[in-house]
Amino acid sequence: MNPLLDNFFNAQILAQYFPSILGGFWLTVEVALLTILVGVGTGLGLAIVRAMRWRPADIAITIFVDIFRTLPQLVVIVFIYFGLPYADIQLSPFAATVVALGAVLAAFATEIFWAAIQAVPTGQWDAARSLGLGFFRILFLVILPQAIRIAVPLLTNRAIAITKGTALGTAVSLPELLGRAQSAMAIAANPSPLTLAAALYLLFFLPLVVASRWLEGLGPRRH
Amino acid sequence: MEALNLFLDNFADWDSFVRIWPLLWQGFQVTLLLAVVTLPIALVVGLTLAVLYSFHHKWLNVALLVWIDLFRSFPVLVLLILIFYGLPFLGLKLPSFAACVLALTLNNSGYYGEIFRAGIESVPPGQREAARALGLHPLQVIFLVILPQAIARVMAPLASNSLELVKTTSIAALVTLPELLRSARVAQEQTYNPTPLTAAAIIFFVLLWPFARWVAKLERNMILRQR
Repeated sequence: MNPLLDNFFNAQILAQYFPSILGGFWLTVEVALLTILVGVGTGLGLAIVRAMRWRPADIAITIFVDIFRTLPQLVVIVFIYFGLPYADIQLSPFAATVVALGAVLAAFATEIFWAAIQAVPTGQWDAARSLGLGFFRILFLVILPQAIRIAVPLLTNRAIAITKGTALGTAVSLPELLGRAQSAMAIAANPSPLTLAAALYLLFFLPLVVASRWLEGLGPRRH
Repeated sequence: MEALNLFLDNFADWDSFVRIWPLLWQGFQVTLLLAVVTLPIALVVGLTLAVLYSFHHKWLNVALLVWIDLFRSFPVLVLLILIFYGLPFLGLKLPSFAACVLALTLNNSGYYGEIFRAGIESVPPGQREAARALGLHPLQVIFLVILPQAIARVMAPLASNSLELVKTTSIAALVTLPELLRSARVAQEQTYNPTPLTAAAIIFFVLLWPFARWVAKLERNMILRQR
């Protein structure tokens, strides 16, 4: 028999482990969506706080952003899962992965939203103020709608890149797609489950990657 | 106060740190070596893909886009596991260092390829036509006229991706390559406290923070230019 077919596309093994691996796929999707929700939500919130220009908050946010933008995702995940229990904070693999990836995405999202808010010309603030609007109405009704449009292409790229980090959950024994495929591979002594996992990752991320290129094309042309 | 002391004893215990420092130092060197070897290879492969794309050969471009999007879609850890644990079934057993270089290069060839490609496409076509009219060879046109402008335009994503590449070397820990993170985990099993992890995180931070600041500044300027 053909070793390539037998090892990587073994129908019998694929059929046997399909349900387990599909379960891992749904967990991956869950972690990915939660990460985006937590990361983008926190990022937007922190950018709004920065817009209030209150110095102590500014310093705290800068420290948060710098730490989580600089450290490798895997280091953050491992630290939260294997380090924090010594401070009596014990998170499940699921929570540790979401918290770690969410914090990293939040750091990048804060930067992007804050730069986008600053990219809206200051004349907009002046005009809105002269119409008698207060700070929050200006921010939410005038500035943010424009800022978010500026932020979207960069934010999409970043969110996709960080969501792919869900596979790092394997390091803390989160039974997501890659983790399930790896244990199936170990039990079956055959890497076909890995092929299946790779195909499912493609199914999930390829449309996003193609869509992000299309989104970038919509941005302002800089000729 | 007592809680703080307990915290410091666990997370920043000096005696443990001194004991495990040689291990961390070795890990740090492996991390550095992996980054220094992979970064130029990935850059060159990505640049090659983009330059080939710029000749606008129909079928070649379809193939190049498929390559780029495929490798941008796979989580790099999935690639690494496929290469390190999957390929041996075909009789191809790579040592962990080589497997990491290959996985990081394939993954980043997609990212760099797309960045360079977008940069080259953003240079107005008149530049190419003018250079051709002056009698320059197509390769001279691309390397002397187009690329310098293209690279200036995509400096921010280029720098950002390079930083991400160096950060991603830490996944090598998952295929038992004794780089910084892996060394810290091994050391933790000797000290029974998280001091090695704290130390590894601090080393990563000190190493990468200046670059992260620089990248952030480039990206902020890119957004601000859109007004």
